Order: sequence, then structure tokens, then C-alpha cells
Amino acid sequence: MLLRLENRGEISRAMVYASPFIAVVLTLIAGVFLFAILGVNPVDAILSFFVTPISTLDGFAELFVKGTPLVLIGVGLSFGFQANVWNIGAEGQLTVGALAGGGLALLFFESESLFLLPAMVIAGTLGGMAWAAIPAFLKTRYNTNEILTSLMLVYVALLLLSYLIHGPWKDPEGQNFPESRLFPDAGILPVMIETTRMHAGWLFALAAVATGWILIARHIIGFQIRVTGMAPMAASFAGFKEKKIIWITLLMSGGAAGLAGMIEVSGPIQQIVPNISPGYGFTAIIVAFLGRLHPVGVLFAGLLMALTYLGGENAQIEMNLPNAVTGVFQGMLLFFLLAADVLIKYRVKFGGAKTSSTAAAGEAG
Amino acid sequence: MPEWFIPFLLSVVTASTPFVFAGIGELVVEKSGVLNLGVEGMMIVGAVSAFAVGVTTGSGALAVLTGAFAGAAMALIFGVLTLYLLSNQVATGLALTLFGLGLSALMGHGMVGKTFAGLPHLEFPLLEQIPVIGPLIGTLLLGHDVLVYFSVVLMIAVGWFLNKSRAGMVLRAVGENHNAAHSIGYPVNLVRLLAVLFGGAMAGLGGAYLSLVHTPLWVENMTAGRGWIALALVVFASWRPARVFVGAYLFGGLTIMQLHAQGLGIEIPPQVLAMAPYLATILVLVIISRDSALIRLNAPACLGKSFHATG
Amino acid sequence: MKLGKKLGLLSGLAAGVMLAATGIAQAADPLKVGFVYVGPVGDHGWTYEHNQGRLAVEKALGDKVKTSFVESVPEGADATRVITRLASTGHGLIFTTSFGYMNPTVRVAKRFPKVKFEHATGFKRADNVATYSARFYEGRHVIGLIAGKMTKTNVLGYVASFPIPEVIRGINAVAIAARSVNPKVTVKVVWVSSWFDPGKEADAAKALVDQGADVMLQHTDSPAPVQAAERRGIWAVGQASDMKAFGPKAHLTAIIDDWAPYYVERTKAVLDGTWKSGDVWGGFKSGMVKLSSYNSAIPADVVAMAEKARKGIIDGSVHPFAGPIKDQSGKVILKAGEVMDDKTMLGMNFYVEGVEGKIPQ
Repeated sequence: MLLRLENRGEISRAMVYASPFIAVVLTLIAGVFLFAILGVNPVDAILSFFVTPISTLDGFAELFVKGTPLVLIGVGLSFGFQANVWNIGAEGQLTVGALAGGGLALLFFESESLFLLPAMVIAGTLGGMAWAAIPAFLKTRYNTNEILTSLMLVYVALLLLSYLIHGPWKDPEGQNFPESRLFPDAGILPVMIETTRMHAGWLFALAAVATGWILIARHIIGFQIRVTGMAPMAASFAGFKEKKIIWITLLMSGGAAGLAGMIEVSGPIQQIVPNISPGYGFTAIIVAFLGRLHPVGVLFAGLLMALTYLGGENAQIEMNLPNAVTGVFQGMLLFFLLAADVLIKYRVKFGGAKTSSTAAAGEAG
Repeated sequence: MPEWFIPFLLSVVTASTPFVFAGIGELVVEKSGVLNLGVEGMMIVGAVSAFAVGVTTGSGALAVLTGAFAGAAMALIFGVLTLYLLSNQVATGLALTLFGLGLSALMGHGMVGKTFAGLPHLEFPLLEQIPVIGPLIGTLLLGHDVLVYFSVVLMIAVGWFLNKSRAGMVLRAVGENHNAAHSIGYPVNLVRLLAVLFGGAMAGLGGAYLSLVHTPLWVENMTAGRGWIALALVVFASWRPARVFVGAYLFGGLTIMQLHAQGLGIEIPPQVLAMAPYLATILVLVIISRDSALIRLNAPACLGKSFHATG
Repeated sequence: MKLGKKLGLLSGLAAGVMLAATGIAQAADPLKVGFVYVGPVGDHGWTYEHNQGRLAVEKALGDKVKTSFVESVPEGADATRVITRLASTGHGLIFTTSFGYMNPTVRVAKRFPKVKFEHATGFKRADNVATYSARFYEGRHVIGLIAGKMTKTNVLGYVASFPIPEVIRGINAVAIAARSVNPKVTVKVVWVSSWFDPGKEADAAKALVDQGADVMLQHTDSPAPVQAAERRGIWAVGQASDMKAFGPKAHLTAIIDDWAPYYVERTKAVLDGTWKSGDVWGGFKSGMVKLSSYNSAIPADVVAMAEKARKGIIDGSVHPFAGPIKDQSGKVILKAGEVMDDKTMLGMNFYVEGVEGKIPQ
């Protein structure tokens, strides 16, 4: 190969911050080609992807509406991923959280109580936790792989939602359509900026980022999680209980996803509908890794990801670009972002590799 | 034997075969230590490419090959990113799915509403005339499309390759401990890249089976999440080819069975019936994973970890 | 990254100012018509037909209009944003083409009183929100008659999506019509819990064939059931679009959603300033529901009967839900000589005699 990677030997602080920008620049260059091939003006297309969607107060607020579940779930998942606990069923936990929290609003649909909303927050979180507790229990008790169990439970949760919304939870005045009643005002998250949809759910996302940061930086649990992921043997010598880590990380990510589900139904949707989430639970996995499993990184990654969705919609409206282009463009952006992180630990060298008698192997997380 | 039984089995075979291809492909990938969550994306690109070529050329063979090739091309993106640029495998795989769903929709733009004649079936008229067991044998073993037979061959071949061949041993060694494999002189990333390409080709083939045989047509998102099930089946099978095959048929069988159960008038809500394949998969896995030593033996120790040789 | 965000924000604001300026400059421009689709344009079903309607508007009104659409918009939190975006970017008329957009449409309409909204299949209206839907059950009456005549096994298979009134109405319309010409007919229903999963739809169709069905009807969006019917050598009826290409032998006819006349008419009304909110539930008469060409294998007398029924529905002499109608237990729910009112039909939540199984609740 003409290009080869050379280990820097240490982490480049500059590249930690610069690599996302390099990736964005590369994406823009590739985007120019993509749009040129599709026969649209690349400058217009890129503006309509990244700039016009958030150029109004409304659009700017939407960035946070869309980003809330991604950041919230992403932060929750990042802990498990650091400890090599692979919860890929956040979508299911989100759904059950929405059902638990939203179910409360339906049960007390005439309530005007100030306690309804806090109760929904708790119920949503607990719902997500309960759903995540199943893989945790099966993993710790029967050694069952959580990738499979958490993923399968996504489908079960979605079918449960479908059953409830076509059956017992149908709006009695809704002409038998599959939608619940609208939630009472007491069960709706307050809007933070008048005339927009930006609701208080964003505060929960910020709180999750802050909590996550403290846990990672200051708390013994954060330390244990990281050690368990990097060096499981060392962790067990140090007396960290693997089972405890599995439980904690799954409950944390499940709770965050459940809360995100409750926020979705109580914030922007305001009722239970057959499709609560357009795949936030899966997208958040990408967000977690884009953010390098760090809460602050996840915050930015979640907003960037949200922006690409807004951009995709906007490009359809303004440029008549099909939705498919959004997928391709998003994919390219992610590829570049993920690949650019290699520059943090390695530098790119031109020319063939020198032969070396001592072929030492290194690992890059 | 009720009259619907044989056709029922036929439906199971058709519904299960895409899982077999994609699952066994992913198994080889994971055995080499790489986790590619982009199966859905590779499948759908395989589906649209195969269908497009099938419709324009009319050649089933060419269509199938194109499907495999397209899946491998998608896998190449993943391979270069994760193996040589050391990007995170989980996230890159998911990004590959997003990319593939979009790309397939773009590629399939002119293909909506077209149809394809399907693949040739192997017929053995004489055997099927044996009384009583003839039809049963005929249905179970004969008269399928060629890809079904290939899926069986694939399972056996991959099983042999992994356990008996030298190359298979190298592949497993790479997945088990890449540092050790590297120090003995095995080309870790090359082995992994080949495995990834094979996995992509098989996912593409699984997609091609959907768009050429199962429902010979192209519509956007037609894989409808089957790539995810294939991924789960590899875990379910605790990384053994024969078990992927069994798992695929279990899942396919339960899916078809719940549809039949509805037609027979069983009074359980369809959503609850539809949960059956997922719950059964969990249940069976719980039962077989209780023997933890066995699972550890099969699970590749380096799964999901990047490797970079300094030199 | 922080710096990047600030830069992005700044350039965003700048672009916003520019956008506002150009918006004023183009005040006398063509009417912008927006469409929100639930699926991809390439689904060959529901969304495909709505997009055909959009293209018809462009064709009929030329440079007086400019249309845009957003496809695959999830019926959750995203719908409100997309509709808002359309309304705030100068679209004067917005069609939201799936039931799940009802509350989002009503919500956005409150914020944009000058923008006209048209919501498909819903029941909430406002001064600037009209609703429209098609009486597909009229088409299903005719295919029920044909199916009742064509079946040899007296079992009709029905691949269904979700147990909502729209789908149940279709099943009942088929059962009533088929039994009026062949009292031995029963209808078997399999729910696939999806609007769109070709593989599962095909599997469901095969399961129904295995259980004796020899005419396949569907209320899901892909052509897979028609294709499965063709391969099993039975009859089938297409849904939403002409699906003849997928089963030339099997395809008896198809119920076609034709939104074009309505979309053109409503767009014209906005241009003329005569648009009013209302509820249109159109059928054969208004051209919203059509049947594709009949299969030449259908005997002439059956075609004649089908055409007679279709014309009868148009002139009002035939009603698909005319008494006596019995429910599954045999109880009379509509007396002879009466026809069902729209309200009962809209909320239909029971099976009539001849349908097997129970509605999932």
C-alpha cells in the first residue's frame, strides 16, 4: 500500500478535536461529487442540508427536539459499550418506557395534578429499566448473550405496542383508529421556547450528559466500568463484580432509553401512536460511538446526527432530492467521521512499510 | 398428514433460506474476529443489484452472481474502514446499513413495478412418484430452486472449512487472538478482509434470494429487518454453521406457523402470535447457553476489536 | 467542535436573512403545494398512487403550481416538524396522506391559519383543514362479487395489515358481496401486522392457499400476494395500483386509488380562491376509486354482473352495505331495506357472517 499508518505512540490532543472537522471537510468534498452526479447544484444541496434547516428559530429548536432522544440514549449506551456490554435493544426499552410513562397519562386522562408529569418520568425510566432487566437477568443467570436477547425484545416491545394501540388503549372516541387519547395537559412536557416545539425533555438530555461526565470522571463506578471493558481480568482481580457491572450498565442504558421514550410521547407526540420512534434506539448506537463513548462527545454527535435528519427533510422540500440521498449522504458522513478518528493515534505516512524484524502488534480499541 | 403440510414445509424453506445465507456469511466474519452489523445494508444492496441485472439480462445466474458481488462491494467499504482505518466496527456496521438502505433506493429507482421470472427449480419427476413417502421426499428434498441446495452445500462447506481446513484454522486463530496470530506470521487483516468480503457476498446472496425467488420484485426496504435476524441467529447458533441453519429454519418455521395458526382460526391476537419466533429464539438460546464453557469455546475472543500491526 | 457550532449558527443566521429576503421577492410566484408521504414513492402501493396524484397536479396546472414532497415521514414526532417546515416555506396547500398525520396536521394548521391543509383518511377538521378519503369498499363490493363467482373451493383468502375500521370494512364488503352470489363462501383472514413487508405478505398468502383459499385478496401495499397467487395458480385481486405485471394469469382486477382528480380540483380551488374545508369521501362516482381492466378469463356474465354492480353503485341503486346484514353470531344488525350510514361504516368494528375468526382486540 502506498499509504500506511504509523503509531504516534501517544494520543494527539490536536487530532482529538481536529479529526471531526477533517471528516466534515472530506464529506463535503465527497458530497460535491455525489450531488454533481445526481445533477443538482452541490452548493445549494449542502446549504439545504446543513444550514437552512436551522436558520430559523423553529428549525433551531427542532434540532434539540430531534437530538433529545439521540443524546439521552447515546449517553446511556456509552457506559455499557465501554464495559463490553452490548445492549442493542434500546429501541425496545424506549418503546416500553413510552408505554409505561404514557400509560400513566392515559390512566389519569382527566388529571390536572402536578404530580402526573414527575410520575410519568419515573414510570418511563422504570419501564425502560424493566425491559433492559430481562437481558441483564438472562445474561447474569443463564449466560445468555445480550446482543440477541436485547435485539429480539425490540420486536416483542413493538408488537406489544401494536397490540395495545389496536386494542385496549385505543381512543374510545377515535372511531376505532389505532391511536390513544390525547394526553391531558398535566401529562405534557412544558415548552421552553414559545411558538417552537422545544420542550423540557432537552433538560433531561443535558442532565444525562452532566451525570455521565461526573460518573466517568469522578465516580468509582465509572472507573470500574472502564476497567471492565479494557481489562476484564484485571477487573476481576481488583474485585469488581462482573455481574454487578452488567446489571448497572444495562439498567442505566435501559432507563435512559425508557425516559427518552416517555419524553417522545409526552413532548412532541402527546399521545400513544403506533410508531413512537423512527429507530432512535439504533441510531443512538452510532451516536454513542461517534461521540467516542464520552458524554460530551455524545452531545455533539447527537446534535450532528439530528441535523442530518432535518437536512434530509429540508433537501427533499427545497431541492426535490429523494429521501434515499439522505441515507447515502448520512452514511458517507458517518464513514468519514468514524475513519478520521484513526488520526488520533496514528499518522498517515506515504510509501511502503519498512520491513521490521520485531513485528510487534498493537491494539486500537 | 393434512393436505396443507407439504406446501407449509415449502414456505418454510423459502422463508428460511435468506437467513441461512446471511447468517452463515456473518458467522465466518465473526469467527475471524470482526463484528459487522451492516448485514441489512448489504442484503438490500444485493437484492436490488441482483434484481436489476435479472430484469435487464434475463439471466438468473448472472443476477445471483451480481447480488453476491454487490454485497461484497458493500463489505469492502466496511472492511477498509474497520480493518485499515481502524474505525469502530459496531458503528461502521450500523452506518453501512443506513448507507445501504439509501443506496438501494437510489439504484432501484427504475425497477419498481418490474418483475422477474424466478430461478430454475430442480425437478426429479420419477422419485416423486413413489407412493406415500414420494411426495414428502419430493417436497423436502427435491424440486427447490438451485439456491436452496446451495445453502445446504454452503453450510456443510463452511463447517468443514472452519473445523478441518488449514485456512479455516488460520481464520479461527485470527479471531481468537490476533496478536498471537500475527506473531506467528499470519496476515491478520488480510484474513479478516477476505472473511468480511465473503460475509458480504453471502448477505448479498440472501438479499438476491428475496428479490429473485421469495418475492421476485423490487420495492424499497424489502428486506424489512431480515438482516438483523440473521445477525441474531449467529449468536443464537453460538457460532456454529449447522446451528445457524437450524436456527434459520426454526425462525422461518415459527413465522410461517403463526400465519397458518391465524388461518386456522386460533383466537390469539396476531401481534401476540407474531412475538412467538422472537420469544422462542430467546428461550432456546437460554437453554443452550446454560453451559457456559461451551459458549466461551465457540465465541471468538477478539470479536469486535481492531488490530494494527506496528512495524 | 464548539467553535464549529458557533460558525454554523452564524452562517445559519445569515442564510436565514437571505432566505427571508428572497421570500419577499418571490411573493407573486406559483402556488407551492406540499405532500407528506408515509412510505417511499417506490412502494408501488399507497404512496406511489399519491405521488401519481401529485404528478397529475403538475401536469394539469403547469407553471401555476410548484409541488414538493417529503417521503417516508414517520407518523410520530417527525410529522409535525415536516408539516411545519412545509407551511413555513411558503406552501399554500399541504396534503398529508396518512391517518397518523391527523393530530400533527391539526396542530400545525392552528399555527398557520392562512395555509390550507388536506388530511387523508382522518376525521378532525378545521377551517383550514379538510379531510378526504376514498370509498374503497365500493370497489371491494365488486371484487367480492367476482371472487364469489370465481372460487371453486368457496374459500377466499384475505391478507390484512392492521385491524382498523378501514380494513375491516373491506373484509366485510367482500364477504357480503361474495355470499350474495355464492352463500357457501367463507373469508379467511391473516393479519401480517405490517402495511409493507413483501416477504411476509407472500408467506401469508401462501398460508391461505395452503388452507384452501383460491382467490387472494389483500389490504397490504406490496404486490407480493398477487405474485404468490400467480405461482400457486389461483386468482388474485390487486391493491392500490394495477398489479397485473406481477400475476398476468392470476390478476382478476385491481382496486385503484386515483387521487389525481381530487388533487387537481382542490389545487385549482386554492388558485381560484374558492377552497373551503370539508369532508370528501369519494368512490366510483367521483373517480377516486377505480377498477383496472378485467382479466379475460372472467366469464362474460360475471363481467356483466360486476359492471352492473359498479354502475348501480354510481347511480345509487346498489349499496355495498344494504340490509339484511348479520354479524358472525347470526344476529341481524341491519334490517332488510336499510342501508348503513357513514358513521357506522367509518367506525366498523365487527365481522359480518361468513368471515372466519375474530377481530383482534
